[in-house]
Amino acid sequence: MSDVQVMPQTSGHAPAAGRAAPVKLEVRNLDFFYGANKALKNINLRLETNSVTAFIGPSGCGKSTLLRVLNRMYDLYPGQKAEGEVLLDGENILNPGVDLNLLRARVGMVFQKPTPFPMTIYDNIAFGIKLYENLSKSELDGRVEHALRGSALWNEVKDKLNASGLSLSGGQQQRLCIARTVAIQPEVILFDEPCSALDPISTAKVEELIDELKAKYTIAIVTHNMQQAARVSEHTAFMYLGELVEFDETQRIFTAPSMRQTQDYITGRFG
Amino acid sequence: MSEHTVASYDKELGQLGRYIAEMGGLAEKMISDAMDALLSMDVELARAVVSTDQRLDTLQRQIEELAILTIARRQPMAVDLREIVAAIRVSGDLERVGDLAKNIGKRTLKLAEEPRIPRAAIGLKHMGESVQLQLKNVLDSYAGRDIEKARAVWENDAELDAMEDSVFRDLLTFMMEDPRNISFCTHLLFCSKNLERAGDHATNIAETVYFLVTGQNLPMDRPKGASSSMMTTAK
Repeated sequence: MSDVQVMPQTSGHAPAAGRAAPVKLEVRNLDFFYGANKALKNINLRLETNSVTAFIGPSGCGKSTLLRVLNRMYDLYPGQKAEGEVLLDGENILNPGVDLNLLRARVGMVFQKPTPFPMTIYDNIAFGIKLYENLSKSELDGRVEHALRGSALWNEVKDKLNASGLSLSGGQQQRLCIARTVAIQPEVILFDEPCSALDPISTAKVEELIDELKAKYTIAIVTHNMQQAARVSEHTAFMYLGELVEFDETQRIFTAPSMRQTQDYITGRFG
Repeated sequence: MSEHTVASYDKELGQLGRYIAEMGGLAEKMISDAMDALLSMDVELARAVVSTDQRLDTLQRQIEELAILTIARRQPMAVDLREIVAAIRVSGDLERVGDLAKNIGKRTLKLAEEPRIPRAAIGLKHMGESVQLQLKNVLDSYAGRDIEKARAVWENDAELDAMEDSVFRDLLTFMMEDPRNISFCTHLLFCSKNLERAGDHATNIAETVYFLVTGQNLPMDRPKGASSSMMTTAK
């Protein structure tokens, strides 16, 4: 065993040669098209296991598009196509044969606006679990509680699990959506501007949550809030006009980025 | 560097730069005046140096206030963040240089009461010139964002350390020749220490300039001069 140099990408915390952490998702030579419009140009990057990667850039730079490729959300729309490879634990999820339901169970997504289902708080969580697993009532109760605790919402809703999910405040709704995503135990969670509609307190709670979630999951987050990217992520990707301009440790991006465009963007000198 | 989308941000950073320039000019003049006062036992000039220090303290406070306000308002990133951190650090160093010049001024007032051997101060003259040059160069490197100049200042400090050592040995000789020289020479010894410290602040500023421009730090250990005086005075 001692002469094994490069461990497989799912090898837990064993240090692989030349890299500090194992890679969960790897994007290789990715192009993306909205019809004839090329929205992503030759993107290459790696998301490390149990770490948070932030995507920043001006509107229309392709960061949300990239996120939508990572669980093939774009497949829902005709005329959109991705070329290249996206490897989840080494397996290319862009292959036509991939089971999309299973993929989206492994790669969950939280959107910009909270999107609770028009049903009870309890059912909002239980709904997804029931799609994938057949659990007894008590097991299901346990999973719902676990998910709500995991998204720091349990104490606020434990006495009104049968109230409508829509009766919650915006910040609570967003944490409900995170609980719903966490409930089906994904491996990767994609956050598309999860705090843009939230007040600072709710934002802080979601950030705290992201910090806790990374112990179990690999996280990618798109955000317009640069300070948020600086606070929550280990790595940051700066995108512009469909290209990945700079990808580096967050600490470096926000103190001494190497590309002029990155510097201009994060310091507010753009355009 | 191109301008910020928000013009008032550029104004705030510009104002910080102007404050630093003013502090730098004052600190340079204080050291230069303090040395002139010391070498010619000019009591009036020494008093002027002592009173100038207040202006430097006020400026430093203004820089800190503006820097804190800018951080709170703009949440600066990357080069802007380094710019503001650099302003805080440089203003701290310049304020200390002012204190050291003021101390030389105060000691001049004492020395002038009972002047003894003027030739004992000659070594200090060279140290003073060296510090002034270091200060001038490092302030130029700050204004011009010139890391080569900053690095040169950083490396040249060893020379000043060696001069301090030589001054120490000279003064020791004068004191051994005649114990009545001891009080006079001890004051001069402190003045030489003050100059050596002012030189250290110049190298601190050089390190800050390097950080400001590159985002990297200079290595921890810089070239050192002779250090027998350090060993002796440390006891």
